[in-house]
Amino acid sequence: MYGWIWRQMPGPAWLRAVESAALVLVVVAVLFTWVFPAIAPYLPFNDQTVGEN
Amino acid sequence: MAPPEAVAVTEQAQRGSARGRTPTTRRRNTGPGRPASPAARMVGGLGELFITLGVLLGLFVVWQLWWTDVEGTRAAASIVSQFEESLPDSPEVAATPQQGDPPAEVAVGNAQRFGTLLVPDWGPGYKVPIAEGVGRSDVLDVGPVGHYPSTAMPGQVGNFALAGHRQTYGKPFFAIDTLSPGEALIVQTAAAWYVYRVTGTEIVSPDDVGVVAAVPGDPAASPTERMITLTTCHPLWSTAERYVVHGVLDYWVDRADGRPAELVDAGEA
Repeated sequence: MYGWIWRQMPGPAWLRAVESAALVLVVVAVLFTWVFPAIAPYLPFNDQTVGEN
Repeated sequence: MAPPEAVAVTEQAQRGSARGRTPTTRRRNTGPGRPASPAARMVGGLGELFITLGVLLGLFVVWQLWWTDVEGTRAAASIVSQFEESLPDSPEVAATPQQGDPPAEVAVGNAQRFGTLLVPDWGPGYKVPIAEGVGRSDVLDVGPVGHYPSTAMPGQVGNFALAGHRQTYGKPFFAIDTLSPGEALIVQTAAAWYVYRVTGTEIVSPDDVGVVAAVPGDPAASPTERMITLTTCHPLWSTAERYVVHGVLDYWVDRADGRPAELVDAGEA
């Protein structure tokens, strides 16, 4: 998978390294902004209120 | 620049040496650069999948334990400054403590902000917004301190009970175990400043909801005191128990007169 992504990227190796870093940043930003906040309420250690309301 | 003959010689030498490295027998299916067998590709893909899952789990931990605090602290600060702009002015001088009946506080709707909590023991900068309700998504994860619905409002007879995260989402009550009897818990509303004194702490099980009753520990009794109760998770890294701090109203201050001496002194220090 990662090898395939690397081969799809244009430019010489140094440019591909820069592109990879940018790609990683985008993925982390998407995870932190939307994915993790969406799944956090369903995880057992986040169930900390007792059911009174 | 090298003469053309020299270039030709160099190229010749390179070609010769390249030819010399070329294996004359059929390439064996080992070593780098060989086409991988389907099984090897599958194992490699599975390995990448596991590494990806591990990195995702690690990132989730980073998000939960660090990033929610970064966002929560930022959100709390902006909510406080917005809220304070909506409040009537209160001069920055120590005001006369009032012992009589405080102004009536009107109950507000769910998730509405109606006050701020200040704890001088946690530093002069400690100031968090208080909202109505203890829901995760609308109050505690964004609020960050919630007022248990149907418990007393600040300054009133009964128990002004608050909930907050011990860790993550701005961790408003992280330092709760440093509070000891006599220390001040200050609540600011549009009507007044209320200064409570810590009277005691206890550690209870999560279903022990009697700690937020009008008379803590005695839900049937009718209240005579003006109390405050802070509740949060305990121990650290766990939700197994609840850390509870009780306090009682010491005095209140009219906003027009100034602020509690505790805050003015802390500002000067």
